[in-house]
Amino acid sequence: MQSLGIDVLFKGKNFIRLMGGLWVAVRISLISVVISIVLGLLIGMLMTSGNKILKAVFRIYLEIVRIMPQMVLLFLVYFGTTRVFGWDLEAETSAIFVFSFWGTAEMADLVRGALISIPSIQYESARALGMKESQVFLLVILPQAVRRLIPLSINLITRMIKTTSLVMMIGIVEVLKVAQQIIEANRKASPNAAFGLFGTVFLLYFIICWPVSRLAAYLEKRWA
Amino acid sequence: MNQELLEIRHLHKSYGEHTIIKDLNLTVHKGEVIVVIGPSGCGKSTLLRCINALEPIQDGQICIGGESIHKDDKNISEKRQKIGMVFQSYELFPHKTILDNITLAPVKVQKRKRAEAEKEAIELLGKVGLSGRKDDYPRQLSGGQKQRVAIVRALCMHPEILLLDEITAALDPEMVREVLEVVLDLAKNGSTMIIVTHEMAFAKAIADRVIFLDQGEIVEESTNPKRFFENPETDRAKKFLDNFQYEKN
Ligand SMILES: Nc1ncnc2c1ncn2[C@@H]1O[C@H](COP(=O)(O)OP(=O)(O)O)[C@@H](O)[C@H]1O
Ligand SMILES: [Mg+2]
Repeated sequence: MQSLGIDVLFKGKNFIRLMGGLWVAVRISLISVVISIVLGLLIGMLMTSGNKILKAVFRIYLEIVRIMPQMVLLFLVYFGTTRVFGWDLEAETSAIFVFSFWGTAEMADLVRGALISIPSIQYESARALGMKESQVFLLVILPQAVRRLIPLSINLITRMIKTTSLVMMIGIVEVLKVAQQIIEANRKASPNAAFGLFGTVFLLYFIICWPVSRLAAYLEKRWA
Repeated sequence: MNQELLEIRHLHKSYGEHTIIKDLNLTVHKGEVIVVIGPSGCGKSTLLRCINALEPIQDGQICIGGESIHKDDKNISEKRQKIGMVFQSYELFPHKTILDNITLAPVKVQKRKRAEAEKEAIELLGKVGLSGRKDDYPRQLSGGQKQRVAIVRALCMHPEILLLDEITAALDPEMVREVLEVVLDLAKNGSTMIIVTHEMAFAKAIADRVIFLDQGEIVEESTNPKRFFENPETDRAKKFLDNFQYEKN
């Protein structure tokens, strides 16, 4: 059997470099996910308030985000704005901006969907118990909406984490890029390194996303 | 029995062009049990929802304990505490246990001590035969059990009047009785209630006064339920009861 190319992983500082790359990917997704959740909750709640103009603007925003490939958005923000607006955005800032722009739209739509899925008579039964509107929302509606929201938003979060592998296209050295660099550097000595390195990257993504989706499954079961 | 608790004067309720309740007058005294019957769509639910100010009204006035109540009142949530409501579809909170469903409003709205509210909740649950279910979630209960919990949840707020909107209509026949018995017990103990129901035998047994509503108007009103059900005065009530008998058989 041929070498699996795992040895390269432990040569020199390769493993630490790889972990550093992973941290870059995780950092970008973590910050973007937090921003998306906070803004998504706010915008999703606003969407249920019934303002027609707000709704129209949001629909356009959501359509743009869904139609545009994330890569095009990344290029547009990172390369495009530098020339046209003279902004010199750092690659990582651009990435976080694009991921948050995407995540916020999707998250807000999930929040909106979860909120309107709660039947209006639940509001009424809470009001009939003498609750103020804020109590109706915080004690009765929101907790139910969040329970419906969690499986769907975890799905979005894992998609966001996976998609961070695109950021190497704007020059960010994240885990996949580091793997490529290591493979390049060892092309002569270990021609099989591609398998070991990409396999490791695969595992790393798995290790990050798997607990997240297990958590979703657990919560879904508990709150069913 | 002559203290006025609820007074409805010239109530007018419409949705857009569509008038649902026209010029309705009704006075309910403390301890009185009013049964409202009438064909589907005649405005029974709407009437209860107006009383609880879940709906805005277009004209007239509703007073509870001498105080006018309207959906846009600033302290509407305080006024609503005097009125308990039970819905056909129970409307328990699915994310809370039975005990938390019952104590949520007493603790958060009335700011009562949790221990005290729980003690009362458990006592009331015992009275409706559900003391063993306090830690369950609503989805683990049958319809009849959920409805008994919904009644307890309303009672735990110590309302002055209870509004029951077809609370057995969604139940399997064998569960109707266990719920109606709870209501009969409440009546015996002097609770003031407005009950919308299609259970005529129950209506006859529990009502101090029967109100027959048709197309948003009180067509017939009787303080002698036995006579009303056997021999209504108006043709419309007679027709309704005859049809009803026919459908049942
Ligand atoms: N939110 C609403 N908007 C418009 N019409 C309504 C609404 N709710 C009830 N209605 C109408 O009001 C009438 C009375 O309804 P309801 O009070 O539910 O009748 P009941 O409880 O006697 O069956 C019906 O014709 C119904 O279609
Ligand atoms: Mg009804």
